[in-house]
Amino acid sequence: MWAALRGRPWRFLCSSWPWRALAYLAGTVPVALVVAVALFVTVGVGVLTAVLVVGLLVLSAIPIVSSVVAGVERRRMQLLLGRRAPSDGVPWRTRLRALRTMPVAWREVGYTVLLAVVLWVVDAVALGLVAAVPGVLLAAPVLVLLDGPVSMGPWQVDTPAEAWLVVGPGLLLLAAGLYGATLLAAAQASLARILLDPQQARLAEAVAELRRSRVSLVDAFETERRRIERDLHDGAQQRLVALTMTLGRAELEIGPGAGLDLVREAHGQAEAALLELRSTVRGIHPRVLVDHGLDAAVHEIADVSEVPVTVDLRLPGRLPGPVEAAAYFVVSEALTNVVRHATARSVRVHGRIAEDRLVLTVVDDGVGGAVVRAGGGLAGLAVRLEALDGELSVTSPAGGPTEVRATCPVS
Amino acid sequence: MPGELSPGSGARPGALRIVLAEDAALLREGLLAILERAGHEVVAAVGDAEALLAFTDATVPDVVITDIRMPPTHTDEGLRAAAELRRRHPDLGVLVLSAYVADAYVAELLESAPGGGIGYLLKDRVGHVREFLDSLARVAAGEMVVDPQVVRSLLGRRRDDGPLASLTDREREVLALMAEGRTNGSIAAELFVSEAAVRKHVGNIFAKLPLDPTSDRRVSAVLAYLRDG
Repeated sequence: MWAALRGRPWRFLCSSWPWRALAYLAGTVPVALVVAVALFVTVGVGVLTAVLVVGLLVLSAIPIVSSVVAGVERRRMQLLLGRRAPSDGVPWRTRLRALRTMPVAWREVGYTVLLAVVLWVVDAVALGLVAAVPGVLLAAPVLVLLDGPVSMGPWQVDTPAEAWLVVGPGLLLLAAGLYGATLLAAAQASLARILLDPQQARLAEAVAELRRSRVSLVDAFETERRRIERDLHDGAQQRLVALTMTLGRAELEIGPGAGLDLVREAHGQAEAALLELRSTVRGIHPRVLVDHGLDAAVHEIADVSEVPVTVDLRLPGRLPGPVEAAAYFVVSEALTNVVRHATARSVRVHGRIAEDRLVLTVVDDGVGGAVVRAGGGLAGLAVRLEALDGELSVTSPAGGPTEVRATCPVS
Repeated sequence: MPGELSPGSGARPGALRIVLAEDAALLREGLLAILERAGHEVVAAVGDAEALLAFTDATVPDVVITDIRMPPTHTDEGLRAAAELRRRHPDLGVLVLSAYVADAYVAELLESAPGGGIGYLLKDRVGHVREFLDSLARVAAGEMVVDPQVVRSLLGRRRDDGPLASLTDREREVLALMAEGRTNGSIAAELFVSEAAVRKHVGNIFAKLPLDPTSDRRVSAVLAYLRDG
């Protein structure tokens, strides 16, 4: 709207903006009068009966009145500011239910008082001026004919010719009045927005939106990983199992000799390929995680780890899919690192739910000195956890022990 | 899904009548070939749990071999069917095949009604045809067979506060081997001790575990061991 005000006068005057502004200002008056009466009655009754405890109760209803007002005003705001304001205000019903516990929205109360006491008066005067002054000037030729001389402050219009002369200034004043009214309405709506729809709320909404989109991105990756896992499991893996069966049968059919040795070798190779494929699938998205959850999946990698692993997870049933996956890969990556770098004798995986957060630690008794390298596996997992509002930290003093710690909300 | 019923043929000694359930056609054909080559009679080869139940009821085989994951949900249809079949046919041997180690499956299987032999093997094991056929025969004979890798996994995840906490490390080793279905002699050979020593360990295990006196103590001990995962 500010842009429309700055644009070409002709275009602005022909647009809907002046009318919207007038409608907004005109709307303020009845709304404010109703509010003024409501406030007056509430405050009046409240103060008068304050001696009895009832009065305090009545006074405490003011925030409810103001939250109704705020709701109406937020809606009226859209007339000028377009886009529906995020309704960060507490609905009056909620406020009524939580009357005693909810903090008073002082901004809403302030705006309500301002509306009831000041704004509507200003608006009424402004509307009056915009309507009356240009109106009289424009209507001067007719008025002169009907009622004789028209008096305008220090001037007096006596003849129709003079009357036609003031029509020009009348048009100019009308244009100026529309500009003025729009400015006033814009300023008032902006004030309402500042008080009722603070910047902070809009930022919070934007952040929430970003977070949602990030989570859905993680979800999309998760879905894709599952698809790849399924394809490998139903495809290549089945075929390799079938191959080992066939080779096993061949071993029974072939008599001892070079042929049997070759088939046995092939059998061994097929099994090695199967093992490798399994470990690849585990790295993508393990089947057991999908079917049985984090506890079972962590046990599975613990079983195949070269360093002995103690698993101590106490989780209430299944966790959300992305959380399970992130947690699983933290354990998987941490165990891989332990085997590669830590020269540890044992590892302990510990997991609990505390205050709606999963707290997972992987601690080894190795040499320590581990760092999270940019672009490394743990760094990627840190990003993944962040997207879920979680955190990953690694403490690894030289000499050990190394602790990888992941936390993540589970609700 | 295909269900192939073949007429009963003259039984050879040791030959078993088997219902096979596996949804992947490739593996089903492979298993079928292995079983038939070994002289067993596969009375039905099916691809889902519903058909497994129907054909087992209709043909009353000696052993059922079933994949755990089958249509429609590909989670644990085979396992549920196995438990159901053990309820319906107490003498039926059930051999469950799994693509991966999942202790939860084992526990679930053992929770099912007691009955004939029971087995839990990883699919990879099938390629070792002789071992696989041996396990099958033991299940048919009423024994319990648990894949060594599964046993290792269970061994690794015992809780500190379970009933097995009172056992010594050596007693746990003996119990783990018992869980694999080994005899005392075989355990003695594995651990390089005398059979008498194994018998002593087994006696201690029986004494320490809260076992049901009415059932086979060896089986109960193994069950306690496996459940404690």
